[in-house]
Amino acid sequence: MAKVTVSQKHCTVNPLKMSQPIGAALAFMGVEGSMPLLHGSQGCTSFGLVLFVRHFREAIPMQTTAMSEVATVLGGFDNIEQAIVNIANRTDPRLIGICTTGVSEIKGDDVNGFLKQVRANHPELGHIALIAVSTPDFQGAFQNGWAAAVTRMVEALVEVPIMETRFSRRINVLPGCHLSPGDIDELRDIFETFDLDPYFLPDLSGSLDGHIPAAFTPTTLGGISLENIRKMGSACWTVAIGEQMRGAAITLEHRTGVPFKLFDRLTGLAANDDLIGFLSQISGLLVPRKIRRQRSQLVDAMLDGHFYFGGKKVAVAAEPDLLATITHWLHEMGCEIQAAVTTTASPLLKDIPTDEVLIGDLEDYELRAAGANLIVTHSHGRQAAERLGIPFFRVGIPVFDRLGAGHQVTVGYRGTRDLIFTIGNLFLADSHEPAPTTWLLPVQEVNPLVSLHVS
Amino acid sequence: MSQLRAKMQQVLNEPGCVTNQAKPTDERKKGCTKLLAPGAAAGGCAFDGAKIALQPITDVAHLIHGPIACEGNSWDGRGSKSSASQLYRTSFTTNMNEQDIIFGGEKHLYKAIQEVVEKYNPAAVFVYQTCVPAMIGDDLEAVCKAAAKKLGKPVVPVNVPGFVGSKNLGNKLAGEVLLDYVIGTEEPEETTLCDINIIGEYNLSGELWQVKPLLDELGIRILACISGDAKYHEIARSHRARAAMMVCSKAMINVARKMEERYGIPFFEGSFYGIGDMSDSLRKIAQLLVDRGAPADLLNRTEIVIEREEARVWQRIAPYRPRLLGKRALLFTGGVKSWSVVAALQEAGLVLTGTSVKKSTPGDKERIKELVKDDAHMFDDLKPREMYKMLKEARADIMLSGGRTQFVALKAKMPWLDINQERHHAYAGYEGMVALVHEIDKALSNPIWEQIRRPAPWESVAMDDELAIRIA
Repeated sequence: MAKVTVSQKHCTVNPLKMSQPIGAALAFMGVEGSMPLLHGSQGCTSFGLVLFVRHFREAIPMQTTAMSEVATVLGGFDNIEQAIVNIANRTDPRLIGICTTGVSEIKGDDVNGFLKQVRANHPELGHIALIAVSTPDFQGAFQNGWAAAVTRMVEALVEVPIMETRFSRRINVLPGCHLSPGDIDELRDIFETFDLDPYFLPDLSGSLDGHIPAAFTPTTLGGISLENIRKMGSACWTVAIGEQMRGAAITLEHRTGVPFKLFDRLTGLAANDDLIGFLSQISGLLVPRKIRRQRSQLVDAMLDGHFYFGGKKVAVAAEPDLLATITHWLHEMGCEIQAAVTTTASPLLKDIPTDEVLIGDLEDYELRAAGANLIVTHSHGRQAAERLGIPFFRVGIPVFDRLGAGHQVTVGYRGTRDLIFTIGNLFLADSHEPAPTTWLLPVQEVNPLVSLHVS
Repeated sequence: MSQLRAKMQQVLNEPGCVTNQAKPTDERKKGCTKLLAPGAAAGGCAFDGAKIALQPITDVAHLIHGPIACEGNSWDGRGSKSSASQLYRTSFTTNMNEQDIIFGGEKHLYKAIQEVVEKYNPAAVFVYQTCVPAMIGDDLEAVCKAAAKKLGKPVVPVNVPGFVGSKNLGNKLAGEVLLDYVIGTEEPEETTLCDINIIGEYNLSGELWQVKPLLDELGIRILACISGDAKYHEIARSHRARAAMMVCSKAMINVARKMEERYGIPFFEGSFYGIGDMSDSLRKIAQLLVDRGAPADLLNRTEIVIEREEARVWQRIAPYRPRLLGKRALLFTGGVKSWSVVAALQEAGLVLTGTSVKKSTPGDKERIKELVKDDAHMFDDLKPREMYKMLKEARADIMLSGGRTQFVALKAKMPWLDINQERHHAYAGYEGMVALVHEIDKALSNPIWEQIRRPAPWESVAMDDELAIRIA
């Protein structure tokens, strides 16, 4: 049980946190033919865009309502209308996902009201889904924005089934923002092994996995189609991954009656046993040979790796769901969680296997990470890692100073196995050769009374 | 805010800015709003521009007053390098929450400044206003003034919230901040007749250090670089320079012009990109210094250095010429860089098939025209889709551009080289041109192109036929 504390500083130094609107924008990027639109000044979009370009090394579709000072005072209707018309003309999207920002929230723009008016003014745009989500910058963090956008997409797009017809092989999957495109691919593979047909919302594996499209596309290169989102109401189950997706899963259940099962994480042996047991049960199939082999390989990797994980002190800074995933798994491998820092509140925090979880920044983290064997956070931890001289494993968003962020796989038996090897190798590379001075006796303080007797 | 508005009008009426002056009065007053089309905009906000211009000052704590978006989403993203303090790479923000919105953020900001000073003891604190505190009426200037008085440190208000305009406007407003609060506030310990300022150079990837050894050799001292690798006190004392070079044609013209007006420092507009431009810049620096009383032999010594370095650089580029001869390059970059790089590319044997002139001034365009002698090569606003088509149809062999269009080239399986500010290579001075040509050669000659352009096995007709025969 951890005590959850909030940093009491007035100045945040080296932020860990990113803001809600870009989390929401990323969620919209998991839909085919989509264009996220931030309702704020153009910097709001440009910062997020650059961040995602650096992380995914892909073109990022993201637009702005380009609010000026005057427009902000007068209200943003004209800008939203113009932006939608411009985007429709220039990029021909299926979906425009409008995310509010600090600017538009403080002004109090009624974005849903605006959208009704835009619909009335522009019947020619009827084929484009317009979905607004409230994501003020001054509340919550990145993962809240992602979760809010997914919930809004469920509310706005999923059709309520007229008859109680369920497709027994169809399954909805609601992944948290801490899963990479590579993770989604891995999960798809696992579900398909059980002859299930998974619908991922959002599906970054189609849009940001880094592939060569056949032609130029100004919107997302892939992702789940609007048609498939609409059909999610006739699945037999919903699997949600990460506590952040609970709201979307409940909304989907209320709307369509599709029951859900939430997995806190899918990294680690026991966590994946739960998933595989569940899939076997709902699919009515025995666990296929391939998965059995993968489990066996993971067990072997744990045996080989535990020597190097046992007793290691690790400092982790990440958003709540990712923090919980990494810390629980490291703890299961025998590591001690020396420090845990996160961005925002979550019911998971109190169960993190350490004494204190701090909602704070990377300055707090750096102070707490000194003397650890490993630092685990996103790329902004690089300065701290350098100053502390501690091996550094990058997780989450952004990872801008390493290749392959989109394909870092940490889910499933196979993903966990590879994670053991990657992190185990960091521990191995940091091992120290013994020297004659390694085991010197501790220097004893000379007792003046004793020395007096001797003389 | 009225003070800010007056500043904006001043900046938009900048007599030194060719683009602004070319516009009719009405349009000029609108400033750069034409760039801000909702749903069709690209590029940063004014706050972004201000931070780009000022953050290279290395021993200053840059504190962003706003919700987490403005700093949390963007920090540690610029490649400006420092020879000493690394403080500028530490990120400070008030991370405003709902409480601040309801009760106002001024007290929070004041305490944040206090914390920064106590913990990090910076040479100064620069406090950046953003949209949200501007909307709720936080008085940035007043808080900074109070904090400066109480803490005995310069606390400089950078009142450039994002929604006042474009990145470029932000650059200029940042220049005004330096003019109002920093430049001329301290006196240098000693001055020489060969002290210069370099204005609008940000030392990205360490480019200033590709130029500085030559200035050192000539005995020319950089009193202040505004703002690459600069220290606060250097900028505070920069008003005692004898001459100045203004590097980027648009970003900080107001600083150069007003320093001439206030302190009588003559300046010229030059570039360190390209061999001819580098030599011209050295010549002009020497000339301005000599005009103001530096020893006349500086001119001669400069010519000797230029002759030596030009000979050396051409000699180093020559081996690439046969490898690059006739290769067609597309160049997409803003303003000044276009024409200054063209000559070096041509010398290396490359043919320029097209260049963008979207951000170029009429002067820039004239220079490009002289160099490529063909209007058809200049694109005002090439849409990504058209760019992709050009590359896909192999109407060029390599594209040189900024990160924004990177994937247009790469997805068309076309060699690409980053020549904008996020790049990782330094291309300034004579050294830089050799590096640029080397990088182009590396990009073009990489063996991956041959393989990745081959059809996939299922696309290959020949293979299908062979297989068909075997099956039969």
